[in-house]
Amino acid sequence: MKAFTYERAHSAQQAARAAQQHPQAKFIAGGTNLLDLMKHQIETPTHLIDVNHIGLDQIEKTPDGGLRIGALVRNTDLASHPEVRKNYPVLSRALLAGASAQLRNKATTAGNLLQRTRCPYFYDTTKPCNKRKPGSGCAAIGGYERNLAILGTSEACIATHPSDMAVAMRVLDATVQTVAPDGARRSLALAQLHRLPGQTPQLETNLKAGELITSVTLPKPLGGRQTYSKVRDRASYAFAAVSMAAIQMPDGRFRFAFGGLAPKPWRVEAAESQSQPPAVAEVVLAGARSSSQTDYKKTLTARLIASALKGGNPL
Amino acid sequence: MQSPWSRREFMATSAGLTGGLVASQLVSAPSPAEAVAQPTPAHYPVTLNLNGQTQTLELDARTSLLDALREHVHLTGTKKGCDHGQCGACTVLVNGRRINSCLTLAVMHQGDQITTIEGLGTPDNLHPMQKAFIRHDGFQCGYCTPGQICSAVGALSELEKGIPSHVTADLTGPIPVSQAELRERLSGNICRCGAYSNIIEAVTEVAGENG
Repeated sequence: MKAFTYERAHSAQQAARAAQQHPQAKFIAGGTNLLDLMKHQIETPTHLIDVNHIGLDQIEKTPDGGLRIGALVRNTDLASHPEVRKNYPVLSRALLAGASAQLRNKATTAGNLLQRTRCPYFYDTTKPCNKRKPGSGCAAIGGYERNLAILGTSEACIATHPSDMAVAMRVLDATVQTVAPDGARRSLALAQLHRLPGQTPQLETNLKAGELITSVTLPKPLGGRQTYSKVRDRASYAFAAVSMAAIQMPDGRFRFAFGGLAPKPWRVEAAESQSQPPAVAEVVLAGARSSSQTDYKKTLTARLIASALKGGNPL
Repeated sequence: MQSPWSRREFMATSAGLTGGLVASQLVSAPSPAEAVAQPTPAHYPVTLNLNGQTQTLELDARTSLLDALREHVHLTGTKKGCDHGQCGACTVLVNGRRINSCLTLAVMHQGDQITTIEGLGTPDNLHPMQKAFIRHDGFQCGYCTPGQICSAVGALSELEKGIPSHVTADLTGPIPVSQAELRERLSGNICRCGAYSNIIEAVTEVAGENG
C-alpha cells in the first residue's frame, strides 16, 4: 500500500472541503472495497478522509412518507431495519444476497453505491485496463469474460457494477443526495448517478470532485410483491451472474431492474409495459452484445423475467 | 552497509518487472505526468480497548487492524489468510460486531472495543464456542478456527437481535436457528480443510444452549 496522510472529518461539508484541498484524496467509510484496492495499488490516494464520524448514520421517514437512509448506515443495519423489511423488502433481500456478514457489518450505503467493479482485469495490474489505466486497452474483451457485462458496454470496457443493493434501489426509484465542497447540496436520481463507460470507463459516476453522498432517499412504499433473485456460481458470498429486483405492483404491473448485466444497475422502463415474458426480455436485452461466454446471461435474464411474471421467486 | 532498497520496494519492483516481461507489449509505461507524489509514511496515535485492556499505539496510517493486533500487540490468535476480505480468518468483534480486521485501518478505531479470540476465553476458561469446537472436532489444521469462532459468536449475537439472512423465509417473522441459517451466516469464513459439517454442529450446539 502506498503511503497516505489521514484525517477524521466531523461534518459532511468539512469532509467535502478537505477533499477539495487534497485533489488526490479519497473518502473512507467502511473501507471494505477501497482498502482492498489500495493493497493492490489500484487506488493510490495520498490522503484519506475518514467520514465515519460525521453523523449520517440514521434511517428516518421523510415528510412525504418515504425513507431517508444516511450515507453511513451499514448494510446490515439497512437490511434489518423494521421499516425496510416491512415496506421495502426487495432492498433487504438485495443487501442480504450480497457479500458476507462481516462485510455487511462494515460496508456503508454510499460506499456500496460507489464500490468498483470486480472485473478480474481491473484487479490484475499486469494487464491492460482502460478503467484502471485510461488508454491502455481492455484485456477483458476476448479474455475470460463470463462474468462481465453485455449491456451498456463499449469497445473500451465491459465491466459490471457489482452492487446488489443498487439494483433494488433502482427498481424503487431512489434518489441520491450530495454536498459539494462549497456547501451546495443537490439530489439526483439513482439512475443518473452511474455513467456508462463509453470512451472514458475511468469515470464511473456523475459526482463532481469532492462531492460527498450524504443520503439515499426512497419514495413512499410501493407495496405489492417484491423479490430479489440472484443467480451465482455458489449459493452464498459470490457476485451475481445475473440478478433481478422485481416488484409486482398492487395494480398488477411489474417493475424490473437487473444486476450482473451492465456497468450500472440496469432498468428499462419501456419493458415494463409489456406483459408477455419474451417481449419483456426482448426490450430489456435490446442492444445486448454478448459472446459465447456470456450468451447464457441472456437466457438467464429471460428465465428470471418469465418466473417473476408467473409469480415465482427463483432464488 | 545497508541496502538503500527495502525488502518491500524490492519485491514490488521485481513483481512489476516480472509482470512487465509478460505484458510489455500490451501496457505502455506510465508517463511522468501520471506519477503522483506520495507522501512519506505518516504515523498517528490510536487508543484501542483490546480484550478489556486499553492500548495506545503509534501507527503508520496504512496499518490494518489485523496487522496492529498481530505485529504491534502480538495478539497472534487472529490469523491473516487472504488479507483481502475473502476468507474470514481475520474476523474479530469490534464493539460487539464481527468484521474482517484486514479490511479496516487501525487508526479508524480510536476508542473502539475489540475482542479477539484471546479475549473470548483462555485455555483454563474456554468460551462455550471454543469448547464446542473442541467437542465436535470443528477444525483440522486450525488456521481458520479463531476467525470461525469469532464469526460464530458474532453470528449468534446477530440471530439473537433478529437480524435476517439471505435464507430467512419471512423477513418480518421470528427467525429459526436452522442449519441452513447457520451455514449462510458463516459463509464468510472459508475452511480449506473442509471441517464445515463439524463447525456447523458446534455452532448449532451453542445456539441451542443460548436459545
